[in-house]
Amino acid sequence: MSQNNGSSTSLRLKTGLAEMLKGGVIMDVTNAEQAVIAEKAGAVSVMALERVPAQIRAEGGVARMASPKKIREIMAAVSIPVMAKCRIGHFAEAQILQELGVDYIDESEVLTPADEAHHVDKHAFKVPFVCGARNLGEALRRIAEGAAMIRTKGEAGTGDVVHAVKHMRQIVQEMRILTVLGEEELYAKAKEHQAPYELVRMVAKAGKLPVPNFSAGGIATPADAALVMQLGAESVFVGSGIFMQDSTNFADPEEAERRAKAIVLAATHFNDPKVLLEVSENLTGAMKGLAVAALDEAHMLQTRGW
Amino acid sequence: MKIGVLALQGDFDAHRNRLEELGAEVVLVKKPQQLDEIEGLVIPGGESGTFLKLLGETGFEKLKQFARTKPTFGTCAGAILLASEVENPKQAGLGALDIRIRRNAYGRQLDSSILEGRFVEGKLGESPIEMVFIRAPKIERIGPGVEVLATEGEDPVAVRQGRAMAATFHPELSDDSRVHRAFLDLVSNGHNK
Repeated sequence: MSQNNGSSTSLRLKTGLAEMLKGGVIMDVTNAEQAVIAEKAGAVSVMALERVPAQIRAEGGVARMASPKKIREIMAAVSIPVMAKCRIGHFAEAQILQELGVDYIDESEVLTPADEAHHVDKHAFKVPFVCGARNLGEALRRIAEGAAMIRTKGEAGTGDVVHAVKHMRQIVQEMRILTVLGEEELYAKAKEHQAPYELVRMVAKAGKLPVPNFSAGGIATPADAALVMQLGAESVFVGSGIFMQDSTNFADPEEAERRAKAIVLAATHFNDPKVLLEVSENLTGAMKGLAVAALDEAHMLQTRGW
Repeated sequence: MKIGVLALQGDFDAHRNRLEELGAEVVLVKKPQQLDEIEGLVIPGGESGTFLKLLGETGFEKLKQFARTKPTFGTCAGAILLASEVENPKQAGLGALDIRIRRNAYGRQLDSSILEGRFVEGKLGESPIEMVFIRAPKIERIGPGVEVLATEGEDPVAVRQGRAMAATFHPELSDDSRVHRAFLDLVSNGHNK
């Protein structure tokens, strides 16, 4: 098929894939075996990583893009879309990931930032990008840079859902406020959110982001997935919660598969407590986790990005 | 007219919006028993493998019966579900359309494209139609009872057989409503018979 490269065409194709992922679960995986388990359980996509956020948090050091060899192995193992992360502002890692042919790039605060002021100019890429946000202003700045999907940042690698909830509530509330303001009030709001006026106006009119709005960062159980979906998330990213027992040890593969299946069902039937009970009952436990309230500001991943 | 949109996962909202614009009453279908309340069903784009897992055996059998007796329209993953034969990898199909379809036949997201295709003469309309292909499948074989509605280059991209219709592109992501209109016509005609 030939390619039409107009920029609105390009954005429609980018958000188009995000549309296809709605109502689903995107799972972090670190090898082909985990990717196959995720696909079998009904994941709509996998995020190919060297280490999941819980491991990155525990081991420290500089977290970078995964090795292309590892990502390629995962791409070969499954038929669902494969995403990979690049560091904030690291457009050369993004170029490599695009060349590799991944289906989505996550410019992610989970990796160590490569630029303290600038994010990647995502319009310059043909591959779509997803970016994290804690509030509406941050979401709209990323969209202005070309992000085709927004996810809440939450606090990755903790298994504590509290900040995924906080960020989703924040974004939804800020959007709701825009819808009741007068035209003339939107200019000041744009300044307050530090976001382009045109995008603020678009949200005021539609009551939602111009790109799909997903949730990530600490979702560990079917109930967590249902919670963020009921708060307005259109899909969920589950990172460490499926394949980790605690921050350093992997869960038993059978246990991981049960968790994965349960979270997939919970994302679909998020407003049906009967199904949620049923899927929760089949589980024997969840990732041990780390309470976000006990974390120092310096250990927060969510403050990365500008 | 009460139309269901299978809402297990995927772009079911885009279909719902389009159908409501055209005056249909839309039900989001998540449970097999909801199929009893509707006159026609749309299976949206998304991940076909995920749909199969979420349907489970009971849901799959119930949906198979539905697609054999009531108008059903699938786009992309929905087209894959309706096929009799699925490749890359092999997976179960509802068999409502006698076609062989290959998943991700054009490549990955970087090969997704928006193209201009045409309806076959005498079907659905004269002017060209925008076609949004996202990690699209390809119809590789067409059984004798299958009618081709639209083509892009040499490839059939929209087909109909009896009460089942499918497109490998996403008319729900374009402004052109002719394909959905054709499906609603199919539902009303089926009703009159």
